[in-house]
Amino acid sequence: MLITLKRIFKSGWQNFTRDGGIAAATCFVLVITIFLVSTIFLLKDVGQFLIMNLEEKADISIYFKDGVEEEEILAVKEKVSKIPEVKEVTYISKETALEEFIKRHKDDSVLMESLWEVGGNPFLASLSIQAWQAGQYSAITDFLGNPDFQNLVEKIDYYQRKEIIEKIFSLSTLFNKVSLGLSIILIITAILVTFNTIRLAILNSSEEIKIQRLVGASNGFIRGPFLVQGLIAGLISGLISLIIFSFTSWFLSPKIEFFFAGLNIFNLFMKNLGIIVLLQIFTGIFLAITSSTIAIRKYLKV
Amino acid sequence: MITFQNVTKIFPLNIPGKESTLALDNVSFEIKEGEFVSLVGRSGAGKTTLLKLILAEEKPTKGKIFFEKEEINKIKAEKLPALRRKIGAVFQDYKLLPKKTTYENAAFVMEVIGASDLEISRDVPKVLEIVGLKERMNNFPAELSAGEKQRLSIARALIHRPKVILADEPTGNLDPYNTLDIIKLLLKIHEMGTTLVLATHNREIVNSLEKRVITLEKGKIIRDEEKGRFIL
Repeated sequence: MLITLKRIFKSGWQNFTRDGGIAAATCFVLVITIFLVSTIFLLKDVGQFLIMNLEEKADISIYFKDGVEEEEILAVKEKVSKIPEVKEVTYISKETALEEFIKRHKDDSVLMESLWEVGGNPFLASLSIQAWQAGQYSAITDFLGNPDFQNLVEKIDYYQRKEIIEKIFSLSTLFNKVSLGLSIILIITAILVTFNTIRLAILNSSEEIKIQRLVGASNGFIRGPFLVQGLIAGLISGLISLIIFSFTSWFLSPKIEFFFAGLNIFNLFMKNLGIIVLLQIFTGIFLAITSSTIAIRKYLKV
Repeated sequence: MITFQNVTKIFPLNIPGKESTLALDNVSFEIKEGEFVSLVGRSGAGKTTLLKLILAEEKPTKGKIFFEKEEINKIKAEKLPALRRKIGAVFQDYKLLPKKTTYENAAFVMEVIGASDLEISRDVPKVLEIVGLKERMNNFPAELSAGEKQRLSIARALIHRPKVILADEPTGNLDPYNTLDIIKLLLKIHEMGTTLVLATHNREIVNSLEKRVITLEKGKIIRDEEKGRFIL
């Protein structure tokens, strides 16, 4: 048994090294497929990051009338926080609002002059509220429409932002659906191309398989070296993909971060390194071995 | 050792208007252990089909074939390798493994039967020496001449000491010098006790052998003689 295994591995390795061109073509196709699968895996995380960023920008603000005490506002905040649809509530006092405005527009002389012209602090204290989903904002505004709050609240700016909030959320749902569909199509295409390449490589060996059968080799003894060849091709392709992938993400990371602050592809890659290594090597070995097994079966009937 | 009982082989043709091909027509004979039998006949007489039936490469349409009391066409696919290991086959087109060297081609059959590395490294050089290929051990089939390829094919057929060797037109692609070498080699193997079945349409060879000759014509046995001659 052990000696047969040793011979199968030796023969598989010999076939792989002596089949130079075909082995290289198989590895090339496998690398592309593995690279694609890994990219889709990582894009899922990138997409989630971008959507989360967009969703965080969607909120509604409740502006309180001038003169409403801070305790009263904090009491409202307490009540609003208890609404199940609410994800987060942030209190922005009159002073904070003014400070932020100055910080943001200190270089804009026209705005700053207008502010001094008005005199004092023209801003209102507010609560910034984020919901879990776009549809939940109306439930929150309904709650705030309660007569208890009417003499405290100056205005709720949900109605002005309603359209854009809903757009952001529908865009993120669409992104999820499209990326899932696209991933499935791409993966199926890549698998079919890989399968076909390996099938053609084995077709080249069909006469050899026949001869081996005629001189008394068992199916296992014939199939073994092809599976070993597949294993080697899968392993090598997995490693090549890993090297290319880490280099590409390291190289592109600063450029992507320039456009999307906080999105570091290389960190994301390093964070998922274990899963990506397993995914790449497993995809390579799985594709190569499955394709070889299916392709050989046809020629073992002599 | 090998028995054919009323064997008929028809190759069906799936082309409309074309009839099926009758390759063997109610053939019966027996080959005893240690015999040297020549199968002669024109091209298409059924020689190759007969050898393919012994090797279980084809199944008979009618009749029974026995190899040492075992009915060949009833052997299950997973048991076929065991039958084929008892038979050595030499083909006109050599059927060598192109990605293996001369040494590896000969060693392959020994690996298949589970011989130890020691046995392989002891027997392969010996057999390659017998067939005159010791110097070509590390060459691939593509680097060998036609005669050398056929000698390697014979080395592979005899290396595991099979009970019978089937040789299908082993000299078909060779010049007269190589033909003589191959026949001498086959006779040497036969003298060592191996049963030999040689399919050929080479008149001179058959007449010089003075062994049993079975003559086929259009799938039928028309003559079966001890110390026969090539008569068509």
